[in-house]
Amino acid sequence: MSLLGTHFNYVAVVVLMMIGLFIVFSSRNLIKRMIGLAIFQTSTGLFYISLGKVAGGTAAIRLDGTSPEARALAATLDPAYVAQHGVEGVVYSNPLPHVLILTAIVVGVATLAVGLAIAVRIREAYGTIEADEINAVARVDAAGAEAAP
Amino acid sequence: MTGFAVEANFALNIALLLMLLVCGVAIARTRSLMAAILLMSVYSLVSAVWLVVMDAADVAFTEAVVGAGVSTIVLLGATLLARGQTERHDWRTQIVPGIAAIGVGVLLVYAATGLPGFGDAASPANAHVGRAYLEQTAQDIGVPNMVTAVLASYRGFDTLGEAVVIFAAGIGVALLLGFGPRAQLAPLPEDLGDHHVVLRVVAKLLIPLIVLYAFYVQFHGDIGAGGGFQAGVILAVAVILHALVFGLRETMAAVPAKAARTIAALGILLYAGVGVVCIVNGGGFLDYDRLFSPRVEAMIPANLLGDPGQAHHWGQHFGIFFIELGVLLTVAATMVTIFYGFAGRVLDGEAKR
Amino acid sequence: MHEALVWIGGGLVIAGTLLSLLGAGGVLRFPDVYTRLHAASLTDTGGATLVLLGLGLVSGLQLDTVKLFFCWAFIMLTTPAAANALANAAYGSGHKPRIGTFQIVPADKNIPADDGPAEDGPTGDGSSGK
Repeated sequence: MSLLGTHFNYVAVVVLMMIGLFIVFSSRNLIKRMIGLAIFQTSTGLFYISLGKVAGGTAAIRLDGTSPEARALAATLDPAYVAQHGVEGVVYSNPLPHVLILTAIVVGVATLAVGLAIAVRIREAYGTIEADEINAVARVDAAGAEAAP
Repeated sequence: MTGFAVEANFALNIALLLMLLVCGVAIARTRSLMAAILLMSVYSLVSAVWLVVMDAADVAFTEAVVGAGVSTIVLLGATLLARGQTERHDWRTQIVPGIAAIGVGVLLVYAATGLPGFGDAASPANAHVGRAYLEQTAQDIGVPNMVTAVLASYRGFDTLGEAVVIFAAGIGVALLLGFGPRAQLAPLPEDLGDHHVVLRVVAKLLIPLIVLYAFYVQFHGDIGAGGGFQAGVILAVAVILHALVFGLRETMAAVPAKAARTIAALGILLYAGVGVVCIVNGGGFLDYDRLFSPRVEAMIPANLLGDPGQAHHWGQHFGIFFIELGVLLTVAATMVTIFYGFAGRVLDGEAKR
Repeated sequence: MHEALVWIGGGLVIAGTLLSLLGAGGVLRFPDVYTRLHAASLTDTGGATLVLLGLGLVSGLQLDTVKLFFCWAFIMLTTPAAANALANAAYGSGHKPRIGTFQIVPADKNIPADDGPAEDGPTGDGSSGK
């Protein structure tokens, strides 16, 4: 176990995730915040895919174990490794994280669009998409509403 | 176990992750929203290449189409509507978030040291259910692409939920931003000039090819990388390209917003309908083995599609075909609806025209 | 025979990569939008052509080669069109070319500053890559 050898992927993913978190926390611009959220989301996907990778594996599209492609792939690996972890002579990466992340990416862009649509409506209502200015406008509105009755 | 191919794969993995980190830092540092959006597009493309290195061909496909295509368009549209070009910066407001992010990051790295090593074939994630899918797809489903098999058949109910979420998001955007009232405005005089003649010619050439490619991706999804999600977004990209080059008015005449809404709902209906048909024929919801009654299944000629020995998979083949079609319709129509929402929003100053 | 094709193909892939790298250098070093676009689009199509040709040689004549050919056709269609659209947009939004106006504008007149780094940027050494 070494942080920069076998666990480099996880460290890189955590750093990306924290970049996303930092943008969400520090930025006052709503659109920039949505970008930060998108980075956070994709880094989660990268984490899942990293977990599902099998060393020496290939994409989870079934190959005939006796075909030349499958033999060429198996030839780059130790036969005992292929026998233990392969399915009919071919080592595949885990398809389950791929399925989860594939749908998550498309759902992600749809929800990103909803967030941005809300930001656009906020701009139309408050005249700004900077969070602190929105707060200031809301405070003035609230004070006006209290003073009115 | 570690041959040259494995080492080269690992080196590529590290190089691409470093490029992703550079993109991430650049996005965090830039103040221009436009630069951040374009860097986000670069980030998506690099991560698509990384996903290919990770053997996730289907995901790479999706990320390339969605991340570099649709999400860039949506972000640019929102930036234009919100008229936010740059964000203001104040280093004092960044100290606390910085400390928080570093703190959480250190905790997460500490937690990550307990995970199995990268590429470990015997790790719990890869040894149990993932391996079961790899071993049983050939007997249970009979399609070569195991990602499609898991997506559409083993976890078909999950995918129905995802499709409904996408549909709901499309409805949400339409309710927030409307169905493209801008297309009803009189065209601006500068829109009528023809200084985009090269783009027009190339777009006319490309749009049919993009549509054709979307259908290839759709119907080839059982055999190679692809499927309803990718094909749906590609199909929507063809419509979006048409709108960008020829104007929203022309596009909404060809694909009305009402049609897009209807098609999105029809897609969900088709998906859920397949599940109901399975129930009617005595199976569970989305149990494709019972999609046809045995009498109907017997009437399907054994050599209709490829290998006659796979006749017992007809229900699975047709079930996957129909639900992928449902996903295609929903995703394509929803993306078009979202695009109409952003592109068709009337800016304050334009309302009087 | 196949061994030789693999070596030639590999060489072409490396040459294409280097050409693209040269284009990236041009984007960083050139003084204005139009010359940068020139560097990027020319080396993009050239580099991609070399890479795809190399990959075609490595894979030999099979279905993948046809797919590579289609990729090439798309790149040849889209990259010049995108460069044209970008240049069009830059011109429309008022960016003036730095190189080329030097001959027309008298020497005592200052050309309004664009986004380029320096007045005396390199004038064409990067474009010799294609």
